[in-house]
Amino acid sequence: MLAFAECIRLSKHFGGVRAVNDLSFKVDEGEILGLIGPNGAGKTTVFNLLTGFYRPTSGSMLFRGRELSGLTPPDIVGLGIARTFQNIRLFSNLSVLDNVRSVLYRHARYGFVEALLRSPRVRLCERHVHEKAMEYLEEVGLADRAHDRASHLPYGLQRKLELARALALEPVLLLLDEPAAGMNPEESMNLVELIRDIREKHNLTVILIEHHMDVVMTLSHRIVVMNFGEKLMEGSPEEVQSDVRVIEAYLGEEYAGAYRR
Amino acid sequence: MYIQGVLTVAMINIISTAGLAVFTGFTGLFSLGHAAFMAVGAYTSAILTYFVKAPYLLALAAGVLASCFLSALVGYPTLRTRLRGDYFAIATIGMGEATRVILENLKITQGARGLPGITQYTTLPVAAAAAAVVLLLARNMLASVYGRNAVAVREDAVAAEMSGIHLLRTRMISLVFSAGCAGLAGGLYAHYLAFIQPVMFTMVQSTQITAAVVCGGTGSLTGPALAAFVFTVAPELLRAAQMWRLVIYGLMLVLIMVFRPQGLMGYRDLSWQGVLSLSDRLRKSVAGGKDGKG
Repeated sequence: MLAFAECIRLSKHFGGVRAVNDLSFKVDEGEILGLIGPNGAGKTTVFNLLTGFYRPTSGSMLFRGRELSGLTPPDIVGLGIARTFQNIRLFSNLSVLDNVRSVLYRHARYGFVEALLRSPRVRLCERHVHEKAMEYLEEVGLADRAHDRASHLPYGLQRKLELARALALEPVLLLLDEPAAGMNPEESMNLVELIRDIREKHNLTVILIEHHMDVVMTLSHRIVVMNFGEKLMEGSPEEVQSDVRVIEAYLGEEYAGAYRR
Repeated sequence: MYIQGVLTVAMINIISTAGLAVFTGFTGLFSLGHAAFMAVGAYTSAILTYFVKAPYLLALAAGVLASCFLSALVGYPTLRTRLRGDYFAIATIGMGEATRVILENLKITQGARGLPGITQYTTLPVAAAAAAVVLLLARNMLASVYGRNAVAVREDAVAAEMSGIHLLRTRMISLVFSAGCAGLAGGLYAHYLAFIQPVMFTMVQSTQITAAVVCGGTGSLTGPALAAFVFTVAPELLRAAQMWRLVIYGLMLVLIMVFRPQGLMGYRDLSWQGVLSLSDRLRKSVAGGKDGKG
């Protein structure tokens, strides 16, 4: 059977640094796949490859049977892959509403001359975009902050805004890069609920990079563990938690030894 | 006559500045070669009315198209390779100087001597109407997908690209529109002065347009337009101060940059609603003051 999304022997080398090396994994439709590993394991590089920001050194990435390597980021968005960023990347001088609005113009069907003359079609599109944007904001609970400047939002809400912006791209595969970073336990559990709801509602498949183990373990159906650019193991959250190699990678050999005993 | 002349030039400067505001203010890329687009517009239209006796409007349109063409020619290779901000600005300086040198050496432009005796078609009403139309079109463009995409690219190019926005296409459209405005301004200018010469379109001229945009406020259309007006009229008003004129002008620039680094109207625009609500607030505060006394 054809996998929903699949990386096959994917590698990305920067000079001598093997950020991602010979990595293969599959994602099934509708699942939440956790991608974990110590800092510098190459997780974000995988996202940068999948979204077309980097070109792989070798290997291939298939999304619903289509090769992704060589496509531009906008092409990949068009196929239905959206992402958020580890170090939040909002349009910070714009309002919360405009952040979401900015990405809703992909379906604008009017030409340049029409835009200059502000034809009825342009105005209709504006109204449509506004309504749509408000819907997405409501979904993540930011509707009442719509007119605040994005950079004035507290950190946790900025992450939610990024999520709303990614949703506005109507993806089928959502890549979340440390959505809970910098959140306290209560906020991150709140986020877990939100991600669950969103996945249900939009029929999403999710790949989740996260360091908060409680978040990954509760959300993920399956987990891929990376270390030094390679796949260390994959399995269910339970399997991963009890795997000696994983503990070794995170805590060092000594601690793993102690765990073994 | 004199006042009319100053106002006509002010209108022309509003057009070129509004054009550059669409590019620099909304895509975040600096151009230091916009005088070249003015030059191309000026020479194209002047040659058409002078040698070919073409109708004025047609000549202006041809000037606009020629500028658009040049900007696409220069913009495509430079923007495609993702030259980062400063490098792009340097590329535009090169383009600007190259254009001037070419104009100085072509036969049809009569080299450095310039083109005298162009018919003086541009009057104040013509320039004012053109400025109004340009401002309206620019506002419409900025409020459409083209402007919104540009702003997204300015704010964060990576996030914009990952949101499905084509960087090259977005920047090119802004640049070409902006060059078109400069071309129109050039055409109007040529037919106002009745004489053009390559030295009128040096980097100094480009820098002045950029200064007006930055002082007026990046991310704003009305701010730069206002600044263009002030920067044209103020030196004339200051003529009484004679040698201190340029000092005051320079001081004005420094003060704006010190106290309002985002420009007079950074990221904001004048709108009727804005003006109305402001006058409303003023009236209320005046009324409130009276109540207090009563």
